Amino acid sequence: MEKRIRVLVAKPGLDGHDRGAKVVARALRDAGFEVVYTGIRLTPEQIAEAALQEDVDVVAMSLLSGAHNTLFPKVVTLLKEKGAAGKLIIGGGVIPDADIPGLKAAGVSEVFTPGTPTNSIVDYIKANVK
Amino acid sequence: MANESLKAKMEAYTAKVEKSLAKRPERVNLAHNRLYTPLDLGDFDYEAKLGFPGEYPFTRGVQPTMYRGRFWTMRMYAGFSTAEESNKRYRYLLESGGTGLSCAFDLPTQIGYDSDDPISEGEVGKVGVAIDSLRDMEILFDQIDLGKVSTSMTINAPASVLLAMYIAVAEKQGVTPDKLNGTIQNDILKEYAARGTYIFPPKPSMRLITNIFEYCSKNVPNWNTISISGYHIREAGSTASQEIAFTIADGIAYVDAAIKAGLNVDDFAGRLSFFWNAHNNVLEEVAKFRASRRVWSKVMKERFGATNPKSWMLRVHTQTAGSMLTAQQPDNNIVRVALQTAAAVLGGTQSLHTNSKDEALALPTEDSVRIALRTQQIVAYESGLADVVDPLGGSYYVEALTDQIEKECWDYIKKIDDLGGAVVAIEKGYIQKEIQDSAYKWQMDVETKKRVIVGVNQFQIKEKAPEGLLRVDSSVGDFQKQKLAKLKAERDNAAVQAKLAALETACKDEHANLMPFILDAVRVYATLGEICGVMRKVFGLYEAHTTL
Repeated sequence: MEKRIRVLVAKPGLDGHDRGAKVVARALRDAGFEVVYTGIRLTPEQIAEAALQEDVDVVAMSLLSGAHNTLFPKVVTLLKEKGAAGKLIIGGGVIPDADIPGLKAAGVSEVFTPGTPTNSIVDYIKANVK
Repeated sequence: MANESLKAKMEAYTAKVEKSLAKRPERVNLAHNRLYTPLDLGDFDYEAKLGFPGEYPFTRGVQPTMYRGRFWTMRMYAGFSTAEESNKRYRYLLESGGTGLSCAFDLPTQIGYDSDDPISEGEVGKVGVAIDSLRDMEILFDQIDLGKVSTSMTINAPASVLLAMYIAVAEKQGVTPDKLNGTIQNDILKEYAARGTYIFPPKPSMRLITNIFEYCSKNVPNWNTISISGYHIREAGSTASQEIAFTIADGIAYVDAAIKAGLNVDDFAGRLSFFWNAHNNVLEEVAKFRASRRVWSKVMKERFGATNPKSWMLRVHTQTAGSMLTAQQPDNNIVRVALQTAAAVLGGTQSLHTNSKDEALALPTEDSVRIALRTQQIVAYESGLADVVDPLGGSYYVEALTDQIEKECWDYIKKIDDLGGAVVAIEKGYIQKEIQDSAYKWQMDVETKKRVIVGVNQFQIKEKAPEGLLRVDSSVGDFQKQKLAKLKAERDNAAVQAKLAALETACKDEHANLMPFILDAVRVYATLGEICGVMRKVFGLYEAHTTL
């Protein structure tokens, strides 16, 4: 039997608006993924640690506070440091288009902005998890 | 009888409709009936259900003349970066005709951390202004007369500290606390349920809130001591009925806590205020506003035995729905906000914040804030919507819907009572689950196009990336850190330690009112992080129980 894709859905930083994260988490679960939702207000260290412990294939982060340029790359770096560079890292939230190239250069594979249908996130994960 | 004749005609109409439906089916996902008639209202007792504006049960509004004498307060929510920057924006808004201030604080401030705390990294000044000490607050309100302006502060877990800072700034301006007008949000239960900026567990949080009720009833009598907020519950995905039901359930919990703390209901109830969302469906929103006033007045009069009519009134600030703004074709948001504004005004709000068209992308620019404020002014001065009190009263549809939302609200209140009240319902995750289910349903309706969002799932165009968005300079964090270092070098640190120690002792005595101790610490420039640090040490931290 094929191994089910495991996804960690996390909210880094202090932002508590988790409607999007929860909707995405539930849509991913309905699409057949195994989903771990960590809840709000996590530090990058806690997210990287959870990704390792839960042995997930994907780390999906959501942020609305504007701290994405600081926090998303930090999670990428920490995962690399911990020897878990192979995980697919995606982000979403209120993220200006202008910031996306920088986030991608820092190792975030894709950024999903407001209005994205949940099935495009599902399709992206299916196509990109190695 | 008139109704018999009407029933017969209604049946004839329905039969005719059946034929037309065969040829032309109706759209799907229409929530309400096709047509409303007097039959939907049953034995409609005008005096019991509506009465007159300014009178119990306040369905038609809390003031006798509503906007004919004075418009609602146009209170734009603003704040970003530093106190210096935000002070400029406040003065701009007041010069542009805004009639009140509404402060947005950054997330570290909202969670009780200073800008130099490692946890604040990347967040300083981003979603609001960074306030570390009384010094920042003095800068924030520089050249703004606190005796004349009314200020709303969106602050919850550390509301006591920010209120103390506001009182202290006023003192320095020579304005006594009895002259202060404004509101602190101070609603911790919706933070646990929907917004996430909690610090302490429920028990000490409820104590801080009742301490504020008591302190203000004696010292800051015109201050609205809480703004019990459905706004964030709706933003998290609830329906209209859930928004007011969960919020009124929270309100019941606060009143219960205050009465248990020994306060007399009529001493504080008149200063309780509410905060609603103005969502997209105009008439459903109007009905929601009307239903909420009827429910709260009954709760206060019948459940809590309040006797002062002021205690029965649900006074409300409103904000248009941020979550309904689209990043796609952002100019369309101007139209959405105008309709939401109409809903809030027809619903009888006391004050209003209109969102700006670019808020699904970033914090608003000065230009987009001006359009949002002008939207209110056009509705006020040009539309005629503000010329008659409760102009939709008596509409068969609006009255039937008001009754329906009221009923759904009471059903939820009963369920929450049965669970043991709002605090227990939140601890068990019941309220969160109800909200999440509604949010997920909404999203699936959008994805299956049962619900059309213009520009998102229909009428899309190829768009250019928006230009000219506001960006908060990333040097804000460093600037705040430097200010803090300077403050700590200049202030009387022995006095700070003494006041913090006195606060710690007071925290341990559950009968002490903490407000005077917090005020003392603020006056000697103890920082927000230091004051909340003392409380974190004594009270501990809330640990959320998250379910999907």
